[in-house]
Amino acid sequence: MNIEIKSGRIIDPANGVDEVQSLYVADGKVVGLGSAPEGYKAENTIDASGCIVSPGFIDLCTYLREPGYEYKGTVASETRAAVKGGFTAVCCPPETLPVNDTEAVTNLILDLAKRAGFAKVYPIGALTKGLKGRQLSELYSLKQAGCVAAGNGDHPTASLSVMKRCFEYAKTHEVSVFVRPEEVSLAADGCVHEGAVGTRLGLNGIPALAETVAVSQLILLAEETGVHLHLSHLTTARSVQLVAEAKRSGLRVTADVAIQHLILTEEAVSGFDSRFHCRPPLRTHADRVALIKGLDDEVIDAVCSQHQPHEAAAKQAPFADSDPGISSIEVVLPLLLGLVRTSELSLATLVKALSVGAAGVLEVAGGSLAVGSVADICVFDPDKMWRVTSESMISAGKNTPWGEHEVQGLVKHTLVDGRIVYA
Amino acid sequence: MKQVMEPNQLQLNEQGQLKHFLTLDGLDKKLLTEILDTADSFIEVGARSIKKVPLLRGKTVVNLFFEASTRTRSTFELAAKRLSADVLNLNISTSATSKGESLSDTLQNLEAMASDMFVVRHSSSGAPHFIAESVTPNVSIINAGDGRHAHPTQAMLDMLTIRQHKGGFEGLSVAIVGDILHSRVARSQIRALKTLDVSEVRVIAPNTLLPVDIESLGATIFSTMKEGLDNVDVVIMLRLQRERMEGALLPSEHEFYELYGLTTEKLKYAKPDAIVMHPGPINRGVEIESAVADGPQSVILNQVTNGIAVRMAVMSMAMSGHVAGRDKLGEL
Repeated sequence: MNIEIKSGRIIDPANGVDEVQSLYVADGKVVGLGSAPEGYKAENTIDASGCIVSPGFIDLCTYLREPGYEYKGTVASETRAAVKGGFTAVCCPPETLPVNDTEAVTNLILDLAKRAGFAKVYPIGALTKGLKGRQLSELYSLKQAGCVAAGNGDHPTASLSVMKRCFEYAKTHEVSVFVRPEEVSLAADGCVHEGAVGTRLGLNGIPALAETVAVSQLILLAEETGVHLHLSHLTTARSVQLVAEAKRSGLRVTADVAIQHLILTEEAVSGFDSRFHCRPPLRTHADRVALIKGLDDEVIDAVCSQHQPHEAAAKQAPFADSDPGISSIEVVLPLLLGLVRTSELSLATLVKALSVGAAGVLEVAGGSLAVGSVADICVFDPDKMWRVTSESMISAGKNTPWGEHEVQGLVKHTLVDGRIVYA
Repeated sequence: MKQVMEPNQLQLNEQGQLKHFLTLDGLDKKLLTEILDTADSFIEVGARSIKKVPLLRGKTVVNLFFEASTRTRSTFELAAKRLSADVLNLNISTSATSKGESLSDTLQNLEAMASDMFVVRHSSSGAPHFIAESVTPNVSIINAGDGRHAHPTQAMLDMLTIRQHKGGFEGLSVAIVGDILHSRVARSQIRALKTLDVSEVRVIAPNTLLPVDIESLGATIFSTMKEGLDNVDVVIMLRLQRERMEGALLPSEHEFYELYGLTTEKLKYAKPDAIVMHPGPINRGVEIESAVADGPQSVILNQVTNGIAVRMAVMSMAMSGHVAGRDKLGEL
C-alpha cells in the first residue's frame, strides 16, 4: 500500500535529517522524502503535523514469555504492546520453556511472531544448552534458523573457561554474543544496589563491583577471541568507562542500558515496593548521570526496555522474594522524552539510541528513513499527555511502577514493512 | 517519576497515631517518647498480683512467626495476654510455605478468621511492609523482626532500659559492637538513638561485619574496642551467629573474642558507670565474658522485663490508632 506520512518532523539520525517533510512509502520501502516519486499516488495519508516521524524503534531485550510462560505474556500480546510503544522489532532472550537452544524453538517463536503480525522478532539463542552454562549450544544451527545473537540470559556460565570456549565458537560462525555482566559470586543473593538504601532496608546488596569485574573479564575475553561482545544493561559509571576504553582500542564491543536505569535510582526501593525490584538493580544518581552521558558519547549504543511482563502474583511477596523485572515497553518513549524535557538528553540521541544504535548492534536492516530503506516507522506526538493504567496497557504484564502516572509522548502510528500495525 | 510509599504513610493514621509498627524510620522523637512513657506505665502492671488490663479484650492477636523464635514470641504473647487479648501462635516456617502456599494465601486465610493484629517475624526484609499493604485495613501489623531490616520493639525496649539507667538520652555516647552487617537490631537501635538525640552512636566491628555506607545512618565506625569504647556511656553487644565463622567473614571465634569480645578488661575503656546491654540470647565466651554478662554493669535482664512493657505499649497504641474512638488508653 502507498502511504504518505504528511508534514511530520522527520528525525533520522542515521542520515543526519531533522526537518519537517513528507515521507512516502510504497511496497514496504521508503520511496520518497520531501517529494514523491513520479507517478506516486497515496492510497492512505497519515497527517503527521505536530508529530515526529522516526525510524521504528528496535528493542534489544523484550521478554515475550512464549513458549512456556504464557501466564506472563505471549508473543502476540507482547509484540502488540511493542508496536504501541513504537517498536517495530524486538529481540527476545532465550529464557523460554523449553529454552531457545534449538532450531525448533526458534522456528516456533518466529512462526508465532509472523502469525501475530505486529513487531518483527529477532530471537537470541541460548549460548549454552539449557542455559546451564556448561555445554555449547548449536550456535551455527540457531543462526541459520534466525537467531540474531546468542546469550545466556540471566544465567552464569560455569567458569571463565566455558565462556572463552563460547566466545571462540561464536566467533567461528560470526555470532554476536549478548552477556549481562554480573560476577555471580559477588552478586550472591543480593536484590538491590549495595549502598545506603540497601543498608537501611537490610536488603542484600549487589555491589557495583559485581558488574565492573565481569565487564573487565568479558572485554579481555573478547579481545582474546575477537568475538563481537554486546554487554547488556549496564548500570554503573565505572562500566561506562571500561566500555569506552575498549571501544577506543578498536574492539568490537557494544553496550546497552535499560530504560529504568536512566530514570530511577536506588532511592525508589526505599518503601520496599516490589514493582521497583529489577535485576541488575537500580543504582546511584551518579551512575544514572554517567549512563546518560554514555549514550550521548556513543559509548552506549542503545537503550532497551528489558521488558519483563509478570503475572500479578510474581510481585505479591516481600521485596527479595518477588520476581525482578518491569513491564516497560509501552513507556520507554515517554520516559526518554522526559529526559529530553529536562535537557538531560537530546532528541537526536533519543532516536538514535532506540533505532540506528540498536540496528548497528544487531547488524540488521532498520534504523534509517533514507529512500530505499525498509519502511519500519514510528510516528509520535512528543507532547501528548496520557495516563498509564492497567486498562491502557496492552502488555499482559501490568507490573509497572508508572501505573496511574501521567506521562508525556504518545505513539500515533507504527508501520512495519510499510504496513500500519498500530494506530 | 517515583511512586514510593513512605513508611509513615503506611504506619501512621491521619492523626499521626501509630496504626502499624513496622520500622522506626520516619517516627519522630515525640512518638518514640510516647512509646517509652506508655511502656513505663505498663511496668507497674507487671508488678501487680493480677497482671492484666482490659485494653485488648475481645481482640485477636496472631503471632505470625515465619522464623523460629522463643523469647521474642513469648514476650509478645505475654504482652498480648496482659492486655487481655486472645492469642494465637502460628509458626509458619514449617507448615504452609513448605506446602507451596504463598504468603498472600496464608494471609487471606488468617484474615478470614477475623484477626485484629498480626505480630510478624519473617526472614525477608520488608515482609511486614508487604503484609501491611496486602491485608485488609482492619488488621494492625507489628514487626517482630524482619530479615536484616528492623526489630523496632527490641530497639525501643533498649531505649527504655537506657532511659531508666541514664535518665535520658542527651549527651550520651553509645557503642554497638559486633555483627552489624546481619543485625536488624543494630539498624533499629541506631535509628532510635539518633532520633532521641544521643550525642554519638559508634559501631565497632571488623570491615567484614559492617554494611556499606553505615555512616549514612549516622553512626561512626571504629575498628578497635580501645578507641571505640573510649568514654562511652552505653555498650551494646550483638549476638554473633556461629555460622558466621564458616565463610570468609571471620577467621575464628578465638580471634573475634580476642578483638571484640567484651571482657572486664575492655569494659574499663568505657565510663565507670557505663551500662552493658545485649539483645540476647548471649553467647558466653564468644561476644561477651560471663563475668561481664552477670556483672554489676550488666542490665541484660532489665531488658527482658522491659520487653514485655514496650510490647504492651506498642500493641495498645497501634490498636487504638487503628480503631479510633474505641479501646483508647484512657480507659485503663
